[in-house]
Amino acid sequence: MCTVCGCDGDGAKIDAGDKQSAHDHSHHHDHAHDHEHGHAHGHDHSHGEERAPDALHFGSGAAGASVPGVADGDLVAIERRVLSKNDEIAAENRRRFEADGVVAINLMSSPGAGKTTLLVETINVLKDEFPVAVIEGDQQTSNDAARIRETGVPAVQVNTGKGCHLDAEMVRDAYAALPSPAGGFLFIENVGNLVCPASFDLGEARRAVLASVTEGEDKPLKYPDIFASANLLVVTKTDLFPHLRFDVAALVDNARRVRPNLDYVATSVEAAPGLGYWLAWLRSEAGVRREAAE
Amino acid sequence: MHELALARSVVKIVEDEAAVRAFSGVKKVVLEIGALSCVDPRALEFSFDAVASGTVAAGARLEIETPPGRARCFACEAEVDIAGRGEPCPECGSHQLFVIGGDDMVVKSLEVH
Repeated sequence: MCTVCGCDGDGAKIDAGDKQSAHDHSHHHDHAHDHEHGHAHGHDHSHGEERAPDALHFGSGAAGASVPGVADGDLVAIERRVLSKNDEIAAENRRRFEADGVVAINLMSSPGAGKTTLLVETINVLKDEFPVAVIEGDQQTSNDAARIRETGVPAVQVNTGKGCHLDAEMVRDAYAALPSPAGGFLFIENVGNLVCPASFDLGEARRAVLASVTEGEDKPLKYPDIFASANLLVVTKTDLFPHLRFDVAALVDNARRVRPNLDYVATSVEAAPGLGYWLAWLRSEAGVRREAAE
Repeated sequence: MHELALARSVVKIVEDEAAVRAFSGVKKVVLEIGALSCVDPRALEFSFDAVASGTVAAGARLEIETPPGRARCFACEAEVDIAGRGEPCPECGSHQLFVIGGDDMVVKSLEVH
């Protein structure tokens, strides 16, 4: 059982299209624990890996790291973030993406909000301007990756099995299975879910949360964590406005109650306003990073 | 149910510590789960009992501390406690609140034997 992604060994798998393999990452991340103990000072143990500053061991006080063993009833201070392992891998991913000049966008929404459709139409426009690659997350099937590949760009399907979200390790392994879209975009389509993906940093540059106009305007209040983590609200299917009672201003207002100043773009793949605002945001993200790199 | 993945992360952290500090069992795991973190403590406890089974953390009790959500109001500049995201500033009623604490999940300490 993989303790990082929560898969049950053969649960999560990565499908790069030409090959399908049960993911073998499961336990190669175990630490070596080859460092010395018995220091009286409060250094942060490195566990043989790059250290995040939030993973400190307190060397003094009641917990006492000054002895290698512990006595019955001892209190051992740890102060380690529950998701520190994921966050360390996410930080590695982020460094890798930045080194490759890749803008990684984590797309999140409830199932059916239109992530894959938005991606397909986006790629059809952007693929002539930028290298693009896609990581598709779903519990099962390779349908979405197949839809993306029809546009001509490479896509890897990550099946999370029973898992309800992508994590940083899945993204690391999936990215390794893709030709790097250096100087362009890596789109990461998360599992359709407005709850669980919020907690898991993947190393993305930006998080875009989609809300379709067939959903309630109060979605951001019902599922605040994911909207609180968003960098952009993408309102989808706006061509359906004539058939619905939907107040986009109320949706945006609710989103800004959990994420003040959150930007939003309205989109439709069927009619005006099209994808213009969304594409402008993406090009701006790429431009900002290109300028920063130069 | 991302609580299952979180519980596995907690057990992994305990196992890492056991390998370093040579303890054989854990009576209690003290967790800090901020009021604004996206975790259901009951689901986490349920998941923990299930995934701790057969590990050095088996039988350990979870003690969950829940620090309140803290936010800074950009309208009145107060630092305030909030019960949840989307709540207005208790001082001025504005929603221009930026969360500054109470949204983290941390393994604080272990009582071992």
